[in-house]
Amino acid sequence: MNVIVCAKQIPDPALPGELDPSSNTLKRDGKLILDESDMYGVEMALQLVDAAGGGEVSLVSMAPNGEVSGVRTALAMGAARAVLVSDPELAGSDALSTAKVLAAAAKRLGDADLIIAGTESSDGYTGTVPEQIAEVLGLPSVTFAKSVKVEDGVLKVNRQTEAGYDEVTCTLPAVVSVTAGVVEPRYPSFKGIMAAKSKPVDTVTAADLGVTPVGWAGAGQQIVDVASAPERAAGEIIEDDGEAFNKIVEFLDNLKVI
Amino acid sequence: MAISNIWVLAQGAPSSSGGVGPTSTTLELLTKARALGTVTAFVPGDATDIAGALGEYGATKVYATGDLQGALPGVAVAAAMQAVIAGGDAPDVILFPQDYVGRDVVSRLSVKLDRPVLTNNTDIAVDGDSVKATTPVFGGTKLVTTTFTGSAPYLIAVRPKSFAAEPAGGGAPEVVAAPVPDLGAAGGAKVQQVHVEEHSGPKLDEANIVVSGGRGLGEASKYEMIETLAKALKGAPGASRAIVDAGWVPYSYQVGQTGKVVKPTVYIAAGISGATQHMVGMKGSKNIIAINKDKEAPIFGVADLGIVGDVHKVLPKLIEALQSR
Repeated sequence: MNVIVCAKQIPDPALPGELDPSSNTLKRDGKLILDESDMYGVEMALQLVDAAGGGEVSLVSMAPNGEVSGVRTALAMGAARAVLVSDPELAGSDALSTAKVLAAAAKRLGDADLIIAGTESSDGYTGTVPEQIAEVLGLPSVTFAKSVKVEDGVLKVNRQTEAGYDEVTCTLPAVVSVTAGVVEPRYPSFKGIMAAKSKPVDTVTAADLGVTPVGWAGAGQQIVDVASAPERAAGEIIEDDGEAFNKIVEFLDNLKVI
Repeated sequence: MAISNIWVLAQGAPSSSGGVGPTSTTLELLTKARALGTVTAFVPGDATDIAGALGEYGATKVYATGDLQGALPGVAVAAAMQAVIAGGDAPDVILFPQDYVGRDVVSRLSVKLDRPVLTNNTDIAVDGDSVKATTPVFGGTKLVTTTFTGSAPYLIAVRPKSFAAEPAGGGAPEVVAAPVPDLGAAGGAKVQQVHVEEHSGPKLDEANIVVSGGRGLGEASKYEMIETLAKALKGAPGASRAIVDAGWVPYSYQVGQTGKVVKPTVYIAAGISGATQHMVGMKGSKNIIAINKDKEAPIFGVADLGIVGDVHKVLPKLIEALQSR
């Protein structure tokens, strides 16, 4: 079974985010790392290929400046190869353009049984790309998967819902988006890290994939304003001296909710 | 061409009074849509039980797909919408709830119509012949407003609780069938069984008081304190993403970007540091109480009352004090 995983490389979420003053879009020109949300997808893919007894996990990623450090992390976990789409023309791409690019990158890798993505990235969290990729490729999809297995060539997913979860079956090939916690991602081993250095990363442009227009030209949206949100007035902060619970009781009492 | 024809993806759900009613987000979106133009509701499934209420909140027309026969709503409803648009009805704006169904439908439709989609919005305004939508970023500290530069329909997903729902006293709308066309290979996903996680007490997104626990609780068994406190306050227990991911509590407890958006009278955050992901879901609460041992935790930046202390010491005393009242 061959699985493609969408691996987003993002600015370290531990660092404060910044908007580019000229475009008001998120700055992504520094060092990037593999989005933690995508580690679940990589792990899921590796486990499915293992369970199937053969096949490969491949990656598709789109990032500025030929950035590969996040992709190397996924390769070190066990993925075999990657297509990296890196192209100055892609700056400013919206989710729809991104989905078209990633779908084309997936096609370049050849026929896969399954494409896995996170439900949403940790930096832009638009959350539409997996379902958009499915539509571009004409595939069925199951989003918000909290468990995934393949039995007798049929995908079986427990899909998160408002009320609980649905048991869903799906024909292959298909696209699945996985929630965090669906599996426990492995840490890359030293051997894995060394091996990742020589795994093939096919770096291409949007034009190589035949996708146009992209970037600012393809985005049907434009940021017109960035404002500071109204701040909450500073509250009272106290150190617990063993009696702080009384302050909470008093606070609730004043609100007449107890 | 001015903005006038507004569609809303409208859903029904079991209501607390029994029977089926429109979801609260549906009513919020209809209320906002009324201010933008003439409102059409688009219902995945059967609209019989909710058409009256949709009319009361401003819909003058309702499209209903009829039974989806196990298909996941994303591709099926988007295809039904596309068929109606191809048939001549031309929405200027389509509003979607930012939820499991809305997100899938808007994503599929965006590709079908080759139109961009703006997600996670909390406000919408007409901007000449286009529309602008506002979304909070960086944990809600900045508000980014975006407009569409191409042609309609403009696809916008809106977070729950962005607008107050108010009835308009409208009459029964015209109900029109919008059947799902053949989906081909893309329709290969089928729901086999639906599981509902039962809850006692008020629903998380409707409760007057919400008590949420996070990683600071230390271990899964300590979550019981959160449930006990919530019960003592007649509130609902919630959770940060960290402990949901860790498997301590089900996903339905999650407050935040990918979980529920809550705006209770009182929100108590216990052992939660206040990651962006979490803050987005609770910052709109009227009063916020935070208990955390790290005085630098971002949660204290939004707290009306902050206790720098150990949840394992503060919570048992608080529970005892409340139970003895």
